Amino acid sequence: MGYYYLYLLATLLFVFGIKRLTNIKTCQQGNRLSEIAMTIAILAVLLITAGISWLVVIAGILVGSAIGLVIAKRTPTTQMPEMVAALNGFGGVSSALVAMAYLLIDPLLKIDGTSLADSGIVNAISTPATVIIGMVTLTGSFVAYFKLSGKKVAHPLKGVQRHYLHGCLGLVAIGMGTWMVLTGNHTGMTVAVILLAIVSAALGVFLVMPIGGADMPVVVSLLNSYSGVAGAAAGFVIGNPLLIVVGALVGTSGLILTQIMCKAMNRSLGNVLLGGMGEESVAKDAKDYKSIKSTSPEECAMLLEGASSVIFVPGYGLAVAQAQHIVRDLGDLLIKRGCNVRYAIHPVAGRMPGHMNVLLAESDVPYDQLWEMDRINSDFKSTDVVIIVGANDVVNPAAREATGPIAGMPILDVDQARTVIVIKRSLAPGYAGIKNPLFEMDNCLMVFLDAKEALEAIVKEVKELS
Amino acid sequence: MDGIFLMVFVFVIASLLGFELINKVPPTLHTPLMSGSNAISGITIVGAIICARSGEGFLAQTIAFLAIVFAMINVVGGYVVTDRMLASFKKKAK
Repeated sequence: MGYYYLYLLATLLFVFGIKRLTNIKTCQQGNRLSEIAMTIAILAVLLITAGISWLVVIAGILVGSAIGLVIAKRTPTTQMPEMVAALNGFGGVSSALVAMAYLLIDPLLKIDGTSLADSGIVNAISTPATVIIGMVTLTGSFVAYFKLSGKKVAHPLKGVQRHYLHGCLGLVAIGMGTWMVLTGNHTGMTVAVILLAIVSAALGVFLVMPIGGADMPVVVSLLNSYSGVAGAAAGFVIGNPLLIVVGALVGTSGLILTQIMCKAMNRSLGNVLLGGMGEESVAKDAKDYKSIKSTSPEECAMLLEGASSVIFVPGYGLAVAQAQHIVRDLGDLLIKRGCNVRYAIHPVAGRMPGHMNVLLAESDVPYDQLWEMDRINSDFKSTDVVIIVGANDVVNPAAREATGPIAGMPILDVDQARTVIVIKRSLAPGYAGIKNPLFEMDNCLMVFLDAKEALEAIVKEVKELS
Repeated sequence: MDGIFLMVFVFVIASLLGFELINKVPPTLHTPLMSGSNAISGITIVGAIICARSGEGFLAQTIAFLAIVFAMINVVGGYVVTDRMLASFKKKAK
């Protein structure tokens, strides 16, 4: 009985760990605390549970740890968003499997004629809920994974037909769940839970498919929340308070991040999930632009030569081109000449919450040079040169208009700077699929090159000038 | 008070605690918080181990084995990735 207090200890350490994870000074310590908590939780369950199949447990732990270690060590930082998405899916499916396994081994349910409904309302709800949420998390995360790795994953259906398909799958899932809960036949229960898992998996795929790449920060954090909720639901299934508390904590943390992301795009969660600005929004091309001024790296270098304040605005293009090191090189060069260099970070720049921060941290950009949108926005008007590297929608002044796909979205006010240099391969639109009036402004110069190439050329020119 | 009520009670309080704990996160920590809490969601490993009982049928044992494998991928992968990220933050803080 005393071992149960280890669960309490683990829970407390998780709580302190998460708390510390939200502060830059204590975050490493926070992660350490939560690692210790996890170890204690695993030791506790091994001590408490009678009749464990040690072969299954030890083999499972070894295989899982080895795979996890390899994935985490081998994946380059640039693939961080997709890796986090994939790991999330594994947590979700694990919870679903726990609910399935428990259904099979529960001694009460093995008695013929006893159904899940007989073991109380909470079990009757939490078992199918765990399977559904867990499987949706699994397949949804993997669709997100493929989208984040740049693969095109398009929904087979269009418009309102999608909602019918999702509605039908949902109804089938409810049907399967009801059958599973009400049947007293153990084999029937087993078949029902497996079918439920399959239908939920399909639902997860179709739900995430229509959501556009730029909305991925929202989706990834929402799926993160789901994996926690699935864990908490599994806690109800097996009657374990540790899973309930910790799952609830992860569920809320994911939900908070989701809210932050939605707010940064001025969109409601429902709007994102229904694919309001999906992948097939009409893409406009270069013909829509009238007065575009393009420039060369040489000219950029000359502009930077005379600048005393420069702000870089990184976006997803920076990650794609893996230009985070070269951008810091340029920043350092300019700092050496006494220029004030900062990086303006929009909350949804990139493909996951905090993507740009992680990317620039990898190339050792000092923390105090990274400025949040709200802090830096008033400084653009006193800035000589703004260099936009691979960002588009987050600097689109169209957001200030009353209508349009991104109306009301908070943006970086880069157009107020004296000169804006946009490094961009073409005039192709961002994920919102709309024209960016910034490119036509008098103070805006375009460099039509890959981000890395362009920055390398500018660095070279700046060095030659000095 | 029965056990089921206590579980619901604990869930509600824990959710409120979660909102209070994480109400303010600097953007720099959005990714580490996400991947760190992602690792924590591997807590379902506890449930997976409970389900891995000896003497059960092949299907039940296989499902429990898979549950343990996936949970551990989530736990180990999640923590190692988070450590990697936080280490790069630490490096530049010097």
